[in-house]
Amino acid sequence: MDMIDTSLIDGLSIQVSQMLLVLLLSPLLTGLVRKVKARILRRRGPPLLQSYRDLIRLVRKEAIVAESASWLFRIVPYIVFATTWVAAALVPTFATGLLFSWSADLIVIIALLGSARFFLALAGMDVGTSFGGIGSSREAMIATLAEPALMMIVFTLALVAGSTQLSTVAGIMLSPGVGLRVSIGMALVALVIVAIAENARMPVDNPATHLELTMVHEAMVLEYSGRHLALLELSSSLKLLLYFSLIACVFVPWSLAPAGAPLHVHLIGAAVYVAKLGVAGILLAVFESMIAKMRVFRVPDLLGAAFMLGFLGTLLLFVSRSL
Amino acid sequence: MTNWAPLDVLLWCILAHLVTSGVAIPIGRVSWARWPVYGASLLISGVACAYGLMHLIAQSSVAWETVLPLGLPWIGAHFRLDALSAFFLVVINLGGVAASLYGLGYGRHESAPERVLPFFPMFLAGMNLVLLAADAFTFLLSWESMSLASWALVMTHHQEEGNRKAGYVYIAMASFGTLALLLAFGLMAGPDGGYAFATMRADGAPSGLAGLVLGLALLGTGSKAGLVPLHVWLPLAHPAAPSHVSALMSGVMTKVAIYGFIRLAFDLLGPISWWWAVPVLIVGAVTAVLGVLSALMQNDIKRVLAYSTIENIGLIFVALGLALAFQGNGMTAAAAVAVTAALFHVLNHSLFKSLLFFGAGAVLTATGERAMENLGGLLNRMPTTGLLFLVGSVAISALPPLNGFASEWLMLQAILLSPELPQWALKLLIPAVGAMLALAAALAAACFVRAFGISFLGRPRSAAASNAHEVDRISIAAMSILAVLCLLAGIFPAIIIDAVAPAVQTIIGTRMPVQTDIAWLSIVPIAESRSSYNGLLVFIFIAASASLAVFAIHWLASAKLRRAPAWDCGFPDGSPATQYTADSFAQPLRRVLGGFAFRVHEEIHVPLPGNGSPARLIVTVHDLIWEWLYEPLIRLVNVLAERLNHLQFLTIRRYLSLVFGELIILLLILASWT
Repeated sequence: MDMIDTSLIDGLSIQVSQMLLVLLLSPLLTGLVRKVKARILRRRGPPLLQSYRDLIRLVRKEAIVAESASWLFRIVPYIVFATTWVAAALVPTFATGLLFSWSADLIVIIALLGSARFFLALAGMDVGTSFGGIGSSREAMIATLAEPALMMIVFTLALVAGSTQLSTVAGIMLSPGVGLRVSIGMALVALVIVAIAENARMPVDNPATHLELTMVHEAMVLEYSGRHLALLELSSSLKLLLYFSLIACVFVPWSLAPAGAPLHVHLIGAAVYVAKLGVAGILLAVFESMIAKMRVFRVPDLLGAAFMLGFLGTLLLFVSRSL
Repeated sequence: MTNWAPLDVLLWCILAHLVTSGVAIPIGRVSWARWPVYGASLLISGVACAYGLMHLIAQSSVAWETVLPLGLPWIGAHFRLDALSAFFLVVINLGGVAASLYGLGYGRHESAPERVLPFFPMFLAGMNLVLLAADAFTFLLSWESMSLASWALVMTHHQEEGNRKAGYVYIAMASFGTLALLLAFGLMAGPDGGYAFATMRADGAPSGLAGLVLGLALLGTGSKAGLVPLHVWLPLAHPAAPSHVSALMSGVMTKVAIYGFIRLAFDLLGPISWWWAVPVLIVGAVTAVLGVLSALMQNDIKRVLAYSTIENIGLIFVALGLALAFQGNGMTAAAAVAVTAALFHVLNHSLFKSLLFFGAGAVLTATGERAMENLGGLLNRMPTTGLLFLVGSVAISALPPLNGFASEWLMLQAILLSPELPQWALKLLIPAVGAMLALAAALAAACFVRAFGISFLGRPRSAAASNAHEVDRISIAAMSILAVLCLLAGIFPAIIIDAVAPAVQTIIGTRMPVQTDIAWLSIVPIAESRSSYNGLLVFIFIAASASLAVFAIHWLASAKLRRAPAWDCGFPDGSPATQYTADSFAQPLRRVLGGFAFRVHEEIHVPLPGNGSPARLIVTVHDLIWEWLYEPLIRLVNVLAERLNHLQFLTIRRYLSLVFGELIILLLILASWT
């Protein structure tokens, strides 16, 4: 009985600390990417903590809601935030012994992000402006192509690991039997492309733009202000962090603390996790600075490539379990 | 009451439906007629649903059988109630209860009730009868009565030109389907005329003909279910009927077709071969993607729903195809997962599709409009209907924690079990099918963002939309029941999986592991280390984090809220015509995917500067299946009819020689046969 209790408490404390960790780290990650991008452009850039200040500033302001907005407009930020946060809480970051990892596998995590996007796209259409519509419509196109690609990546990973549970997948990836595989390489490339598209980064979308015709994500949230905007900003930071965590958890799972490990292993895991995030953030900033934004109708080609890579990875594994 | 066999009660229910139908004929025109008719349908369907459910959850392997001295004298009418029939009885009568309840409210606005009321109970009776029939004659008779009753309901508003065409195409396709089934049963019965299902089950398909029978079954049931390319009637006919009948046709009647396929392929046809899966998987996957892509191109909200039905039917057939593949290789545990996924989705689709059609009916009542381009902003004027339609949209888009996700999750788990299959054809086919499933799911979400966003959000695009009012309470009640069921099925999938287990057991011989014993009501198809999902916890997590966010924001943040004109980058335009429309929303996807599927061609005419004429965008979308398959067929039939028409104007000598010649030919055939 004692065994169960301690493992329960361990799992719960890991779960809660992970939920707080992702929430607190995500604005820092966004701030880091902004800072590095600015430095590459030889600007000084905002301080690292600017994202937190922005959020606090937004939260303190009054919210302005368009006259034509319905009740849905006001609850969407909470839904988007909640689903994204739950999804982020279920991806192992520094430890695999999450208490609730069995309640949702990788497919559920992806579908939770799908829920967030569904409601955000609806919010874009709620006020009845052309910019909101353009954002939602393009988001629908990008998501329609990115989601199957992501599902193919999930298939690839699930077939390698024999499981869709993320903690099991991470465990299998850590084991020596996996080695270098073509299919996993394909999945990695595909996942990076999907992550870029899903997080509205360059070259798919420009997170810094307010040039009307080039925006996708920014167009959907154009009518939001105050606390609602703060929640949506925080959600998109969380989503970026989630994708980084996902890539880290599956492809570079080293230092993930296994279930039941002592405290210092967890602390090391957390430190390494922060380092991984830092490296990923810098890589993203460098990549974004090197590349120009694509035309909207070039994006399907990019996502189609991701889809084909994921599909080929799955197909290879159907043909032979060792590829 | 307790010593009545469930089968007898169900047969009495069917008789009661038929009596109601007869009573409805004389009173059809009076204003209060909908109360007794829909009231009786509600009650009878409720009883039938309860008895079906009782038989299902009793988990007994007992099948009730009876033979009535009806129909062909040397066969009689066989009826049988097993767990598979019981599951479908629950689905169908649940839909019947909801549609009858909705009809009580919605029927008030019916302009021609005498064309609806007699056929509505008859339609329900026909569907129930198909599920209980246990010989080919009774099955086909019930099948046809179901088709004809629904055809009459499609023709309710026959004054509208489109509806007449819909009815014509429907009856042609329905006849074709029945013909295919007739031939399938004829082959199964063999020369000895073993038309009872029990004989067929014992004998199986005649050797070498199993593939042919399967193909005929796929054609016959697929034409009713809406499999591509036999789906052409469905998006015409389902929207043409009154909305609660549309819900029955789309949500429920298609399930009867699926029952027919399962009964034939898994039960009667004998030992399953793996290669049967190949056509089923291909047709299912193509149907899913093409159905939802077509839904994205539609502007009529009821047609969007009808095309989305085609998509869901495709998904169910994919799951059934996987089950055939597993069962053909003796992997019964995996087959049980696939069949459970299919049956779960059958239930789910009947719930949310009925809900959505009721919602579309409410919109039609409130605005008189089905075209999304003329709607908009309805969420402010019809908040309850809007919320319920939103629940249906989220459920059908397979988003957690609602029910659509749970069944699609199971389907994906079944796909992940398939690398173990030994055949190369399946190894190469199933990943492609999985990719198409994922594409269909993503497109469905886009489709319902569009349907809900254009109809219920934004600003009203017409006077009718801006003057809309909330519909009556009975309609709301019917929709609410379905929405609550969608939520419950989504957060307690374990209970549903265990409830359908007897039906799975009947056709596969094994079932998924008992789920309700697992802690916290998680679902674990194979093993916990492999995959598990807990709808309840995910729901609680989302609710808890959202509440936490609300609490934190209201504690920390400024609670001030100001209403102001929309920002719209500084140039808000007062005209609602500047909003995105249904067509413009679909434009990116039309451009990316439509070029291949529909040969979409966009032409833009912009006048030269100084020329004041309006710019024009001309979009042509081709329905390739109609153009390449059906139009040549129709032309051929017309040409043949034209030729044969000459036979009506011959002289008596020619007729006599024709008759003589035919006699000679028949005698020759007979002589050479023996």
